[in-house]
Amino acid sequence: MKVQETELRVPGLEAAAARRQAAPDIPPIRIEARQGWVSLKLREVWEYRELLFFLTWRNIQVRYKQTALGVTWAIIQPLFTMAVFSLFFGRLAKVPSDGIPYPIFAFAALVPWTFFSNGLSQSSNSLVGNSNLIKKVYFPRLTIPVSTVLSGVVDFMLAFVMVLGMMFYYRIVPTANVLWIPLLLLLALVTSLGVGLWLSALNVQYRDVQHAVPFLTQFWMFSTPIAYPSSLLSEPWRTLYALNPMVGVVEGFRWALLGTQPAPGAILIASSLVAVLILVGGAFYFRRMEKTFADVI
Amino acid sequence: MSDAVIRMEGLGKVFRIGARHEGYKTLRDTLSNACTAPFRRIRTTLQGSRIQPSTDENTIWALKDLSCEVKRGEVVGIIGRNGAGKSTLLKILSRITEPTVGFAEIRGRVRSLLEVGTGFHQELTGRENVYLNGAILGMKKSETDRKFDEIVAFSEIEKFIDTPVKHYSSGMYLRLAFAVAAHLEPEILLVDEVLAVGDAAFRNKCVGKMGEVAQKGRTVIFVSHNMGVIQSLCNTGILLEDGKITFKGPTQQAVMKYLGSVEQLRTKPIETRQDRIGGNTFRFKRVHFLNPETMAPWRTLVSGQRVIVRLEYECLSSQTLEDVGIGIAFHTANNIHLFACRNRAVGVTLKVHPGEGYTDCIIPKWPLKAGRYSYHLYADRRDTPLDYVTDAGSLDVEANDYYGTGYLPAPGQPGVLIDYAWE
Repeated sequence: MKVQETELRVPGLEAAAARRQAAPDIPPIRIEARQGWVSLKLREVWEYRELLFFLTWRNIQVRYKQTALGVTWAIIQPLFTMAVFSLFFGRLAKVPSDGIPYPIFAFAALVPWTFFSNGLSQSSNSLVGNSNLIKKVYFPRLTIPVSTVLSGVVDFMLAFVMVLGMMFYYRIVPTANVLWIPLLLLLALVTSLGVGLWLSALNVQYRDVQHAVPFLTQFWMFSTPIAYPSSLLSEPWRTLYALNPMVGVVEGFRWALLGTQPAPGAILIASSLVAVLILVGGAFYFRRMEKTFADVI
Repeated sequence: MSDAVIRMEGLGKVFRIGARHEGYKTLRDTLSNACTAPFRRIRTTLQGSRIQPSTDENTIWALKDLSCEVKRGEVVGIIGRNGAGKSTLLKILSRITEPTVGFAEIRGRVRSLLEVGTGFHQELTGRENVYLNGAILGMKKSETDRKFDEIVAFSEIEKFIDTPVKHYSSGMYLRLAFAVAAHLEPEILLVDEVLAVGDAAFRNKCVGKMGEVAQKGRTVIFVSHNMGVIQSLCNTGILLEDGKITFKGPTQQAVMKYLGSVEQLRTKPIETRQDRIGGNTFRFKRVHFLNPETMAPWRTLVSGQRVIVRLEYECLSSQTLEDVGIGIAFHTANNIHLFACRNRAVGVTLKVHPGEGYTDCIIPKWPLKAGRYSYHLYADRRDTPLDYVTDAGSLDVEANDYYGTGYLPAPGQPGVLIDYAWE
């Protein structure tokens, strides 16, 4: 490199060579005000994957510390909701359940729903809850809501074991469709994170979000076919209904686990498209607002 | 300048005063703002001028037009009064917040340490927190694995490493937190006032460790109020005043300049002030805050230290004035009265002879927390004012371990510390 420098005497090259010498592999970081929409910098998030892992791990570790029932809470939530639904909607209101025993019909929907709604409400509070980190250390802020949603997967797995137990009790034999479950979980995750990104970034500016989230999840729950089947609607309304991505998740779970018919092909396509749109929009909005976090949080 | 690892050009940062203090807006505010914005825009267009952020009265420039270079291996100490923009500058360089104008360029792996124990979780054990904190500060897991034993040994809390940190004493907590931070090995290290923690012995150990880091050819930018630490660690000093660099050069000179500017304010001639009540027969001349051991002025006032407040005056009367009451009252920068010391309150009668003289008020434990204060002076005789000088001077107090327990009061909240016991 030195030889080149003396031979060529090109000022630009000299400077470049010196720069390389100064920092062999790291390009200089330029710190300045960014305007408008900015790139997602997903590569940087990937570079910080160990932090993502540790934050997720911390959330899991801490979630049930100093509770008497511990991880049982992961099961209690959907289980009790199922009991209430079975009594009021199943027994008293005689809501149809696609020919499947009502308790397992509701529970198969409640487990992904609980994953979604917990992820949504926890991630929307995640930035404000980690404000000390945001004010004192630099790292891609995306890791905070992402790790929050990811840590819910452990709770989901526990509740899912419970689903399998109930299927055994009701003698429902799982088919090969069970293999779709990871993808359906991913769909729930994408939806939860997408909405979580929007709300967490908004929450930094407007604490109104904190008050709106419980209402939002409740409203969303009743507009998702958890207590009732989406087969109450005829086509094309049923597919249109799936613009709520959780319709796809819930009906997908029932189809994959309990074998409800028809297979929710169109529903899943509609739901996935909307979920991806929410996620991408949320990620860009989040990145755009990111620069103000440390100042206003 | 090819070996400049940090280059700043025209760096500036505006804070909206509202945004800084209120913290967040409500949705309603924004909606109403959004509705009125078009009208405001029309108005400003009609008036033919666009409002610049600098002219807006609701904004302050925490940093303004900062240009500077830091070379590889330089250990830079940034000094300046509270609110001079030191922390804002570090926050910009650590990419926590963005500058409003200008840019900075950094070459190399940067780690910043604005606080020890960031991200420590009360419920996790010491071991778990070391890994978590390491990851937050940018250490790879393999790196933490490698240094784990060293970190634990440095913190001297081997026995409790598997205990949740909520059961730690604050001293133990700080030791562990600092131990993690001390084992970062970046090319560029940004440090903010984190050495002011723990007991004296551990503090010295930390300073020693920082010195080691500085000697390994790394670039360090260091903010501190402790001039001793700055002088022993840094080879370059930057003096920040009101968001601007007023001096960059050898540490010794920067420190002298800083102390000079502080000293200048404290010894501003009170005798020449016109805005006083009285002052015809009796006049305050100067106020000194002295170290009782050397009887020289304290360079920096620190909570908990022994201070003699010396009030120098001149008696212009030809006779001795009997039974004079003299007092000094301290208040915060926001003009909230804190306390006053007066001779009558402690049963001391003062006689003032013609000519110049002084009287000493001895304060065994300086009770003010870190921050900026000013004081009024007053003297009276038989309820008639002799000399009243409001805002006679101001002083900066630096934080210190007042109770000798390692506890530091929360910064940014000026006020008074008192002695007490707890049972």
